[in-house]
This record gives sequence, structure tokens and C-alpha cells, in this order.
Amino acid sequence: MTDLTSLTIAEARSGLAKKTFTALELTDAHLKAMEDARVLNAYVLETPDHARAMAREADTKIAKGEGGPLAGIPLGIKDLFATRDVRTTACSKILGNFLPPYESTVTSQLWRDGAVMLGKLNNDEFAMGSSNETSCFGSVVNPWRREGSATALVPGGSSGGSASAVAASLCMGATATDTGGSIRQPAAFTATVGIKPTYGRCSRWGIVAFASSLDQAGPIARTVRDTAILMRSMAGHDPKDTTSVDRAVPDYEAVVGKSVKGMKIGIPREYRLDGMSAEIEKLWSEGASWLKAAGAELVEVSLPHTKYALPAYYIVAPAEASSNLARYDGVRYGLRVPGRSIGEMYENTRAEGFGPEVRRRIMIGTYVLSAGYYDAYYLRAQKVRTLIKKDFEDCFARGVHAILTPATPSAAFGIGEKGGVDPVEMYLNDIFTVTVNMAGLPGIAVPAGKDSQGLPLGLQLIGRPFDEETLFSLGEVVEQAAGRFTPSRWW
Amino acid sequence: MSVDAATVRRIAHLARIAVAEQEVPHLQGELNAMLAFVEQLGEVAVEGVEPMTSVTPMEMKKRHDVVDDGGIADEVVANAPETQDHFFLVPKVVE
Repeated sequence: MTDLTSLTIAEARSGLAKKTFTALELTDAHLKAMEDARVLNAYVLETPDHARAMAREADTKIAKGEGGPLAGIPLGIKDLFATRDVRTTACSKILGNFLPPYESTVTSQLWRDGAVMLGKLNNDEFAMGSSNETSCFGSVVNPWRREGSATALVPGGSSGGSASAVAASLCMGATATDTGGSIRQPAAFTATVGIKPTYGRCSRWGIVAFASSLDQAGPIARTVRDTAILMRSMAGHDPKDTTSVDRAVPDYEAVVGKSVKGMKIGIPREYRLDGMSAEIEKLWSEGASWLKAAGAELVEVSLPHTKYALPAYYIVAPAEASSNLARYDGVRYGLRVPGRSIGEMYENTRAEGFGPEVRRRIMIGTYVLSAGYYDAYYLRAQKVRTLIKKDFEDCFARGVHAILTPATPSAAFGIGEKGGVDPVEMYLNDIFTVTVNMAGLPGIAVPAGKDSQGLPLGLQLIGRPFDEETLFSLGEVVEQAAGRFTPSRWW
Repeated sequence: MSVDAATVRRIAHLARIAVAEQEVPHLQGELNAMLAFVEQLGEVAVEGVEPMTSVTPMEMKKRHDVVDDGGIADEVVANAPETQDHFFLVPKVVE
């Protein structure tokens, strides 16, 4: 029998339907892979008993012909999603051994459709990071290595555990979240596919909040088709999240492979950065030529406020974070460090519970919202955000269906290599992805090639609001042209 | 704009995060690096631009004003560090 962990979700679905293997066999194969790959530190909690129980239930339902669209498909869940009675920490010490008495809407929809949970995946603390190095459980290791080198590389972040686990076949797909690039950047670093849907497409209920006006959940998987399959289950209106949109969820898989003939693809000139590497430049023009060969029309477009997206983000996101994270006070859940007064208890708890990156962002957020600075920083950033969104609206109004950009300015880097002295060095990783969150748009990262050291690189496609379908169609063209990339196993 | 050591201590207090005296210079450097980075927003002409309040233009859905959940006090306090009779316990605040 072929190695069950090498299958795509689409292939596994058909194997289960044909009874070539059972859901329990599929889950057991992944549990074994997960155990054998602990050196990657992708999972922060393994839930094998839970997984086997869910797989058995899937087998019973499949036998009765009642299996849902994801029946028996083993998934990893980012530790930002609350899972009922299963420890959820956001990879922060401050949540301690938090056991949610409820299930996030997105994960509950995956279980409704028959998926199996293998465990909880590592991420940057409160999703704040671009390398998964800020997790209280330690760094995640990228299954990819530079050719001829054993240096451990980051998988990107904040959904580093999700990307690493999917790339190393420790699950068939994973949930992830994206506030400034946290799905797309790790997907690009690991040769996986990741989509951040339009703001409002997936419910945020039960997901640990970072910056509520930017956070969106989405899937990471090994193919465009697999992410489309997962998206259909994850998306949908939820009365418990007032920002979730009441729109029917399309059959995303149906548009994978659909012709892109006649589509207008924008190439934004502002994304051609000074000092951009020749490899990224080449990847980008190759991607454009693949879309052209598939019948799309390329047009140069301008998004004049692009360079201001990252600085505006580093005001808006920390401001929202400082407000959201005020809830961690040592009273209702999580860590408590005693003090002589209630105020001192708050201060001690938060000093001990938050890591350096989270503390830094809370402090910046507190500063930009404080009396006398609000107008100069926060209000100005929100105005700039309006202009960033307008850039995209103008572009789409001219008939552009989607925009093609590189996903990241470089391939994966070494653990400990970046951001040690100046935090901004790390933040620049999200330069191509953050505009999309600021404008609330959907964006997909698709593997497109390798750099000279053999590391994967990805392209990003940005779509109109609620037009994820176009991204799946275009993403499939890139995947068909570029092929798929699998890391060779060393672990 | 940049922050001095006194401002770092004031922000830490506003954020209710205890910061040891020896951490202040380091934090000051990091915060100033971030503030220097966002300084470039000063170049953008924002006169007459509405600040963004909602990225997706939509009317917020309202629900009926009825109790549709509750009676789960055990669950509500289950994760608390200290409780008594379904109350959260904190250090004494009133003498």
C-alpha cells in the first residue's frame, strides 16, 4: 500500500469512499508520522485518543453512506483555535492550561463535516511573529533545508506549526490564521498552499483574538484543490461573530481547473522593491507568463500607498492587540502571579505571562492610543488604511480580476538569524502580504519555484472582496505550471 | 517622536506590565525603533480622508434581546485561578 500520508485530501477522500483504506488506518498513519517528527516541534499537543475516536466515528458514518465532505480527513489545528476540553494556549504562558468549555465555530464546522483532529499546532505567541520563534513552546523547524546544509530554518509565522506539519505530511491540512501574512508567508516558506479569505468570510468566534479588524482564519494544505475543499467547510456566516458575512458559501472546489481565459491580472509596480533579489524577480515574471499562457491578460497597475501599509499596520495591529489582550489579568483564566494589591497582581501576572514580542506590541499599542498621541498615530494610520483600500478599489474598478505579486521578499531564513537587534527587520517579511489584511481582501500563496539554495518560494494572488473562487482558479494554473514541491525527509 | 525612560515606565504602567528598571533602556530602544519606522506615515496627505472604521461595508446584524444561553456558571469559572461559590477571587481591594 502507498504511504497514506503522501496522499492529498482529494485522493484520500476517494480512497475512503472506495474502501481502499479506512479512516482509522489513515489517522494511524498520520499519528505515526507525527510521533516520528517531534524534532520539528510542529505540534504542541498530540491528541491520538481523540483522533482515533473521531476516525472510528467517521468509518461508521462512511459505512452507512453518511460521511460528510471531510469524513475521516486528519487535520492539525493551530493552537489559536479554542477546542472544547482540549488545551488551548495561543502558545503563550499566560493562558497556561486553559481548557475551553466551548469549540471555535471554524473547528466545529470541520468536525460537523467529519474531519479528525490529530492535535494542536505551534504558532507565534498570540500569532505575533513571522518566524514562529516567539512561541512559549519554542521554535518550529522547517522540514526544508538548504541544499547540502543541516542548518535549521524557520517555517515562517505565525502559522509555522501548521505550515511545517502540512509540508512534512504530519497532517493532510491545517487551520491557520492571518493578521498580516501569517498564513501566506509560512505557506511560501514551506511550499504549501495557504489562503487568507476576505475579512468576514470565516467566523472569528472562538479564535484567540490578536487584532480583530485584521484577523481571518483560513486553511493551509498541499494543493490548491485541498485548500478549496477545506475552505468550503471553514467559511460561512455565524451569528456569534457580528463581522462574519451572511453570504452563501460557494463550492470552491468546482472552480479549481476552470479556465482563466480573458481574466485581467494586475502587476503592481510598487511591489518591485529596490534591491529585490533577482530570484524573486524571475519567479514573479515566470508566474505572470504562466497566467498569460493560460489566456489571462497582464496589465501594469499602481497601488501608490503600498509602502505605507506596513508602518500603518504596526500602529493598528498593536493598538487592537493592546486592547484585546487587556483581558489577561490573572482573574478569570490562565496564569496568576500574586502581588500585594490587585494592581500589582495584574502587573506581575502580565510581566511573567507575556513573552518579549507580545509585551513590546502591547506597549506600542498602549502608547499610540494614549492621550495626546491618538490623533498623531492611530487616527492617521486609520486614514492611511482607507487610502490603501482605495488603491485596490481603483484597480478593481478598472476591470482587474486579481493581482499577482511575490509572496515574500526571500526564502526561509535560519532560526535566530533575524530580528535580534531591530524588530523591524523581522516585520519586513510581511511587506507583500500585509496590504491585503489592511484592505480586508482575499489572498492566496501558491508554491512557484525554488531559490538557488533549493528553498521554496511562493507567489501571491490578491482578489476582489469575496472572490476567493478566482484565486482558486488562478492558483491552480500556477500549481499546474510550477508543479508540486516536497521536502526530502531527514527527520 | 521618540520615548524617554520615564515614558517607557508610564506606558508599562498603563499596560499593567511590571517592568524591571534594568529592562527600561532595552525596551526604550525597541519602542523607538518601531516609532522611527512608523514615522514615514507623516509623508502621506490625509486631509479630508475618512479614517477606516470597518473594512467590509456592512450593517451590523442585531439579535433579539432574549436570553438564549446561560446557566453555565460551573463552566464560566472552571479555568479561574481562584474561585469561591461561583465568584472570582482577587486580592482585597476595599479596606
